[in-house]
Formats: sequence, structure tokens, C-alpha cells
Amino acid sequence: MNLDSMKDILSAARQEGKAFWEIVLETDMKNRGVSRMESLGKMAEAWHAMREASELYTGERRSVSGLVGGQGKLMREYAGANPIGGEFTAQVIAEALSMGESNACMRRIVAAPTAGACGVLPAVLIPLYWRDNLSEDQMLEALFTASGIGAVIAYRACISGAAGGCQAEIGSASAMAAGALVYLRRGAGEQMCHAVAMALKNLMGLVCDPVAGLVEVPCVKRNVIGAVNAIAAADMALAGIESRIPVDEVIDAMGEVGRRLPVEFRETALGGLAATPTGKAVKKQLHGDKKKQRTLTIKDSRWKLERSEEAEEPAVKDSPKGKKGS
Amino acid sequence: MIDIFDIMGPIMVGPSSSHTAGAVRIGRMARTLLGDEPVKAALHLHGSFATTGVGHGTDKALIAGLLGMAPDDLDIPISFDIAAERGLKFTFDEEDLRDAHPNSVKMELVGRADRRLNMQACSTGGGRILVTKLDGVEVNFTGDYHTLIIQNMDNRGSLADVSTALSLAGVNVASMNMSRSSKGSNVMMILETDDPIPDFIVQLIERQPGILQVIHYKKE
Repeated sequence: MNLDSMKDILSAARQEGKAFWEIVLETDMKNRGVSRMESLGKMAEAWHAMREASELYTGERRSVSGLVGGQGKLMREYAGANPIGGEFTAQVIAEALSMGESNACMRRIVAAPTAGACGVLPAVLIPLYWRDNLSEDQMLEALFTASGIGAVIAYRACISGAAGGCQAEIGSASAMAAGALVYLRRGAGEQMCHAVAMALKNLMGLVCDPVAGLVEVPCVKRNVIGAVNAIAAADMALAGIESRIPVDEVIDAMGEVGRRLPVEFRETALGGLAATPTGKAVKKQLHGDKKKQRTLTIKDSRWKLERSEEAEEPAVKDSPKGKKGS
Repeated sequence: MIDIFDIMGPIMVGPSSSHTAGAVRIGRMARTLLGDEPVKAALHLHGSFATTGVGHGTDKALIAGLLGMAPDDLDIPISFDIAAERGLKFTFDEEDLRDAHPNSVKMELVGRADRRLNMQACSTGGGRILVTKLDGVEVNFTGDYHTLIIQNMDNRGSLADVSTALSLAGVNVASMNMSRSSKGSNVMMILETDDPIPDFIVQLIERQPGILQVIHYKKE
């Protein structure tokens, strides 16, 4: 089975009396010539790597540029302080920040579908796993579901910021997460497709405009909108709300928008936030002082070599107000 | 056909699959091709590797790869310290490599047993890489297959000897590429295979007349 159409995968699943995720699993077994156990085992590695990244996060480390670090920790602390969107939403936000931040700070993550968007899936899956006492098998099935959705998007449109802007990275991750959530709530295949379509529609047109070309600003916080949007799309679909445009057509439209995005908005750091006076100043500062860039603050105690360097002044100081989540 | 583990993966140290994970793989590939513990490395960064490489940890990633680390090794950010401990001396500079992919690097390596290698490679996205030059000869392989890199004298029949040896072991060749800098100069033969190549076949090829060197890269 080619993973090139949501509609086709769904009708194949219905014909064979299987779930969407099983079709994806069987396709992987055939493509790579591996057994069911090997395919499941590889997905389990991805799930464990996500959980490990979440559990080992301390918020102590800063990125090479000094722009990113500690935001996830602040949000984790705030989650218990009566947040506006409730504790669960705050946990999702905290998880998205922690993971995006871990990526920026050279910790181990799972690109899903890209490193820059690595926070979206774990942000919705990990808090739900704990809250609803889900089984590990269910999580792997949800990840196969998400992978199948991502494969269709990669085939019909694109999943890289350079090819299609942020909508292709965070948008795709959000769509994958929305589908996984509907699966975990035992929604029907059609509901899953509606959730994918709605998640992608809501982020269509989002540009890729990384400050100084680094996967830091605004990438880390964009993981938050991907995660929260996935929950909204999944809940809408589970409520019986439908996308008026069918999912495969939405994916095609996203690809079309991506191709027509000016090059300034496709990871070149020439437009959007990267081209603001502050964005340009950050870039100038980084490129003007290469020695400083080489300092990475490493304090994680589990490291074999503990050579923590003194934390240098961040390139741009967040104002105390900005720190709570600008 | 899309591999779903290119969607759910790779498991890697951040921040960028092309500028970090791909860079580790380039370094690791260079180490394998050198076939020796590198003690000296001159690295020349081109294009986006030169301009945003440091911010993406590309420099640390390349050194990590030269030290034999994989893209998910937690020690990648402290590879410079580990290099100092293991006696790898390195230098970085920026160089305009003509007609090269934006994420390219050229490396000049010296190993502990004085083996030398000059390799140019690029990171093509999602952690994938492409080796484009070896010791001045243009090549084209990715490390996605088991690969034999054979240097031989420009004799008639060398290719037949190699393919006979591979067919003996039932190894299917996926692609093959031969290049030389001029007629009569030594030839670089690159064979990518679907099946793993048994070590005795590699030794058999090494003993054929006219074969100067065989490097065996095992797919990871």
C-alpha cells in the first residue's frame, strides 16, 4: 500500500477490517523487509526517546545563542498555579516548550516530522498517557497513526520549512498529533481525517522565519500552537464537527501554498521575525562574536563529563514580563 | 516510497537534522573511510554550514562524528572536550567550494597510523548525506547502502574481477560508479549493494591484481 492518500488508506483499512495504524505498520514491514516485532520495536524506541527527553528535562541548559532555555521549566511550574486554560492545557504547553527547547539546546529528541517540530507530538501524547492511564501499546498505535498521516503529507505536499514554510513543519506535526488523539479516543476513521484536515487548515500559510537562521525563535514556541491546535481539532472532530474540505484536498492546498510562499518565508531567515530590527540585531551579534557562540551551557549532572562552563549573558535578555511566555 | 521512520525520526541530538544529525553522519563516514583513529583534521565549511553552522552545532557534530559518535549520542555538545582527551587536533575555516551543495564540508584527515583522507560531503536534509569527493576524485554515494570503495590501477578486467567476487557471495549490486581523474590514472570504483558483503569477499577483492585499496562501509 502506498501511503499517498488518507482516503485510500482508510478504505483499505475498512476493506480489510483493520485499523488505520495497522495498514501503516504493514506497509513499513513490507517496505523495509522487517517483521512485525521489528517494526513495533523501532516505534517503541521513538516513544521511549520522547519520554526520556521529557523526563530528563531540567530547564538548566541554554542554547548556543543564549536565546532559548528555561521556558519549559517556567511553564511546568506555572501549570500548578491555576492556569487560565486548566492544568492539562498548561502541561501540554510546558511539554511542547520543553521539547522544542531540548532540541535547540542539543539534547536528544525525536524529529516528528522534523527536529524543529519535535515538541508537538510528545506535548499531546505524554500528558494524555499519564492522565488517562493509557497503555504503551496504545501509544505505539497512535504513533503509527501519526506516521501514516505524516507520510501522506510528505508525499502530497512537504514537511520541511525550506520547502513549504512552518505550516509544513508545525502544521504537519499538528495534523499528525490531531489524528493520533482521535485514535486514542477511539474516534472513527472519518473523524480522524476531519481532525487532520482541521489542524492543517488552521495553520495554513504559517511562514518559516527563524531569527539568525537558528531553530530557536520562534520555533520553540510554535510547537505550542501546534500542540494546542491539535487538541482543538481532535475535540472538534470527536464532537462531530466536520471539515468541509476533504483531508487530501487540504493537504494538496497546503503544498500549493508552500510552493508559492516567497523564498524569504522558507527558512532563509530573510523575512518575518528574522527581518525585524531585533531579529537582525541578534544575527549581527551572533555573527560578530563567533567565540561566544561556541559556549554552550551544560549542567546536566548525568553527563559523563561535567565541564559546565559559566553561563554567559544571553544574546538578548528576556524582560521579566517576556519570560512568562511572549 | 517514504520510510515512516523518516517521519517519526530520526532520534537525534538537536537542533537540526541537516546541520546537526547530517553533520555527525558526515564525520562518522569520514572516520570509517579513513579506517584509522583520526589525530589531525582540517575542516573547511561551505555555504550554510559556514554561515549558520556554529549556531546549529555543526562544528561540534562533525567532530563528534570523527570521534565515532552516532547522531543520537548525548556527548555531541561536548565533542571538543572529548577530542582533546583523545588527542584529535582540529581546525575549522570557511571555504567557498565551487558548485557545492549549501551544506557542504571538505575534510583533510590524518590518522594515528598516518593514513590520510581528503573527503568532501554534503548534508542533503533529514539527516541524509552524500559523499561527493574522495581524494580529489568525484564520487556519489550516501551510506544508505553497504558500500565498497575500491581504488585500482586502470587495468582491463578489474571490474569483472570485482563483480565475479560479489556474485560468488550472492551479493546484489544496487548501483555502481567508476571514475578517474584522467586515462591511465588510478580508478575509484564505488559499489552500493543491497546485501551485506561478507569480509572474506572483501579480502578476496583486495588480493586481485591491480587493486590498491578496498574500503568497506557497512550500512548502519
